[in-house]
Amino acid sequence: MSAALRRRAVLALPYAWLVLFFLVPFLISLKISVAESVIGIPPYSALIDTAGGSWGLDLSGESYRRLFTDDLYAVAYLNAIKFAAVSTVFCLLLGYPLAYGIVRAPRRFRSLLLLLVILPFWTSFLIRVYAWIGLLKENGLINNVLLTLGLIHQPLILLNNAFAVYVGIVYSYLPFMVLPLYAQLEKLDPALLEAAADLGCRPWRAFLRVTLPLSMPGIAAGALLVFIPAVGEFVIPSLLGGPDTLMIGKVLWDEFFANHDWPMASAVAVAMLVLLLLPMGLIRRLLQGETA
Amino acid sequence: MTHRLSPFLAVMMAVGYAFLYGPIASLVAYSFNASRLVTVWAGFSTHWYVELMHNEAIQHAALISLEIAVTAASGALLLGTMAGYALQRYRRFRGRALFGTLVTAPLVMPEVITGLSLLLLFVALEQAIGWPRGRGILTIAAAHITLGTAYVAVVVEARLAAFDRSLEEAALDLGARPFKVFLVITLPLIAPALAAGWLLAFTLSLDDLVIASFTSGPSSTTLPMVIFSSIRLGVSPQINALATLFLVTVAVLVTGAGRLMRTRDGGR
Repeated sequence: MSAALRRRAVLALPYAWLVLFFLVPFLISLKISVAESVIGIPPYSALIDTAGGSWGLDLSGESYRRLFTDDLYAVAYLNAIKFAAVSTVFCLLLGYPLAYGIVRAPRRFRSLLLLLVILPFWTSFLIRVYAWIGLLKENGLINNVLLTLGLIHQPLILLNNAFAVYVGIVYSYLPFMVLPLYAQLEKLDPALLEAAADLGCRPWRAFLRVTLPLSMPGIAAGALLVFIPAVGEFVIPSLLGGPDTLMIGKVLWDEFFANHDWPMASAVAVAMLVLLLLPMGLIRRLLQGETA
Repeated sequence: MTHRLSPFLAVMMAVGYAFLYGPIASLVAYSFNASRLVTVWAGFSTHWYVELMHNEAIQHAALISLEIAVTAASGALLLGTMAGYALQRYRRFRGRALFGTLVTAPLVMPEVITGLSLLLLFVALEQAIGWPRGRGILTIAAAHITLGTAYVAVVVEARLAAFDRSLEEAALDLGARPFKVFLVITLPLIAPALAAGWLLAFTLSLDDLVIASFTSGPSSTTLPMVIFSSIRLGVSPQINALATLFLVTVAVLVTGAGRLMRTRDGGR
């Protein structure tokens, strides 16, 4: 087999698969987002109207009109951005010292410490979110401990509110923040910090002026890896959230499963994708810089 | 950089690990609680494990999930290895930018979007060519292959980037055919990445609720779907027992894999 033919053979299968099962589906969602919701199977109007012998394109902006006029969508959209962004900041505040500590730990402990960060990722996401219900409930572990210690006299409301959603997102996505940070910090040349110290720079100042700027690519990669999937999160707001924590991912789910409005669900998906295009382009650049 | 950890860093690390493992520890502890109330300790009991053994809905769903996960991981291994190889070794080809995007985008794409659009694809395909007939294990597996391919490709690509090509070149110089070189030299060298990729795709499939919910049919309720609906009904110690079994399996697998790697590397 010639080299060119071999290349084509290796490429063809995954390329065709990804086009069919990843690219084409988005184009179909785009198409259905401009269809009309009808009662039937499937519950949307045909886009190309063949009735009456003539072909005509049947575009309906109805879903998008609702998307822009009904406050529900704007609120859920902004909420998703807010929850994802604030959680990303907390992931960074917790994950940075963790990654930095692992890099500075004695060499023989390093891989174990790193493994301990990754390990929860291998266990079920759903079950890890569930664990927080048991902790945060009104008669849950945290309230029981605080009551027994006499620190509070009435149970705190910790579940089904914004607090629980933040905790859930930070908890679930923390490994995605730590790993790129660790990879970045490990590459840092210790001689730079020694040079800073020799020149009379205090450790905190050296951190702010040397380590922090040099770890920026890791911070950016970690932040995007947390932010992007968190925006579309469904499980966490539906299990830990309450009425004031509506997020766009849950709205999409409800439009589809509860309202059976497929065009509306598609329009929500398209809107979410438009929001995420920029961060997704950025993360691709960062990840490619890593392997190239 | 092996200085002593500053007290601030040590405290922050302790907080970080406590945050990661506290909830998991409480989950395990309450799976052995005699009381139905997850919050009140009423003595040690394995009652919930016995109930779990008799819960046919969960067992049935677990088998379906395993079947899907094995299929999805194996399909993803094949496609992902090809994709990772192509991305690493073929520097220039038409459509490389699009291909790169298609490989990495599923990694970060919110699951609700992937799930919805895959469902719409399956419905459109059924309308157009009559396949797939309805949705079930097959459609969930196809969806999970797509997701898993991305993860396998990234892992394989990284491994290939970090490997010494002179071995392959030597074999080619000695007259081995390219395919034989791949089988005898490349494949064994990237085997750890393949194992990691397969496991990653397997775990993702086993754990996925959102994409499976969109692409499933009436006869293909997966384990996460059963868990999700039972959590919505309220906390049940049976789920704690299931979670504990899950954790033990993962811990055993990870320690086993760690041992294997250490003996292979000869204590390097």
